[in-house]
Amino acid sequence: MLFKKILIANRGEIALRIIRTCREMGIPTVAVYSDADRDSLHVRRADEAVHIGPALSRKSYLNQAAVIAAAKQTGADAVHPGYGFLSESAAFAQACHDSGLTFIGPSARTIARAGDKSAARQTLMELGIPVIPGSGDVITSPDAACDTAEKVGYPVILKAAGGGGGRGMRIARSRQDLAAAFSVASAEAGAAFGNPALYLEKYIEKPRHIEIQILGDQSGSHVHLGERECSIQMRYQKLIEEAPSPFVDEPLREQLGSTAIRIAKAFEYTNAGTMEFLVDRNRNFYFMEVNARVQVEHPVTELITGIDIVRKQIEIAAGRELGLTQSDIRFDGWAMECRINASDPADNFMPSPGKITSVKFPGGPGVRLDTHIYDQYLVTPFYDSLIGKLCVWAPDRDQAVRRMKRALDEFEITGIATPIDFYKKVMTHERFQNGDLDTHFLEQMDTL
Amino acid sequence: MGKTVHIITSPVMGTFYRASAPDKPPLVEPGQSVKPEDIVCMIESMKIFTEIRCGHTGVVEKILVENEDPVMKNQALMEIALR
Repeated sequence: MLFKKILIANRGEIALRIIRTCREMGIPTVAVYSDADRDSLHVRRADEAVHIGPALSRKSYLNQAAVIAAAKQTGADAVHPGYGFLSESAAFAQACHDSGLTFIGPSARTIARAGDKSAARQTLMELGIPVIPGSGDVITSPDAACDTAEKVGYPVILKAAGGGGGRGMRIARSRQDLAAAFSVASAEAGAAFGNPALYLEKYIEKPRHIEIQILGDQSGSHVHLGERECSIQMRYQKLIEEAPSPFVDEPLREQLGSTAIRIAKAFEYTNAGTMEFLVDRNRNFYFMEVNARVQVEHPVTELITGIDIVRKQIEIAAGRELGLTQSDIRFDGWAMECRINASDPADNFMPSPGKITSVKFPGGPGVRLDTHIYDQYLVTPFYDSLIGKLCVWAPDRDQAVRRMKRALDEFEITGIATPIDFYKKVMTHERFQNGDLDTHFLEQMDTL
Repeated sequence: MGKTVHIITSPVMGTFYRASAPDKPPLVEPGQSVKPEDIVCMIESMKIFTEIRCGHTGVVEKILVENEDPVMKNQALMEIALR
């Protein structure tokens, strides 16, 4: 037995996802839940459940002491953090370790190193791994901005150091542009975040977001499981993902994969993780960040590799060797995921919590649905808007797109707004069908 | 003569916050003068924060919800005595 009992420090679809693999492995599970999740499916599906606090995440799912106490009280010897919440908290990983619990994820030290964005960037630059050229440090004057821009080449983008969401962000294509953009962006950043400091980066036109899934065991062996294309986004939130990428050919896959493994080795990365890259039209790629956890979109990789990533996470955490070399990893067919959120495309994708008055699930050949919703389920406003992930597998991309459209047609949710109808339009869009994607696709979809 | 009162309501189901961050003071207190562009509270729904602006010139008359309380869409949050 790898573990006596695993506590799942999460909720919703990912808690269910982890419980499913644990059941298949014969490992008993403990769910934790807040006041808002008493009637949740993850509570019902786990072997045991412990109430850990009120609805607000800060007082329940983010309460490290309560989660660890629940593990100790139930005799669990490992904790799976899922994604979000405590999954990338080095302090929590360390606290688990200090309490004699195995944290199913990278070490606290790796999480801390990968999470310190500017130090991570520096480390990788020294190894010759391409990062987006830029200022590295904050820029305080238009003159300094122009100097850096000369070095990295126009166009450039100014970004607020204090926060994201597009505020304090300006693109400049020339020196005159940049001097004017600097003062506007700085004022906007100051007003939005109380911090006028800016970074400057080379602006990548029409980039694709492509990421590599890796696995690493405790003996230092790593493999990659290929790429995921995640260019279909709205305000930096991924909505549709697929594997493989329609843009990545074998040489680029090999380059991205081997680079991802070099990054993993640089951070002494164990367990499952993802290295995110921006890729430009000329197939130049730039490292963005490490996601030190299982990712929302991991099922598309599972569907084309036949590897259960959560199972691998558990085995690696228990000290098992990977038992795989790169040549064992085979890719079969095409997989695609649509994130079903409680959000309203007609209202700028704003949250749409509320009661689901009825739901009809899709099914049939090649369809995988990971969801925690059911008839009369109350989608509360306390947590992330993700209520399900609709995935399909097919032998090729064309059939995968048709299958996704068919599955979306079968999926009926009433009572709250969802992007299901919106995704049907994406599936029938010529540019999407041609795999001609970039991170601005959705913003421009109606005009293309 | 009765005062004219404007009622600020929540645009979305969520959690009511009186401050812009847990370590910050409340955005407004009862009795405080407010202008239309002033942010008077925040609503968090599904990890997205919405700043609620006053929309009128006046004085904060009553705050009808406790900090961190859940609120429904269109629920009354504050009364503003118009000036």
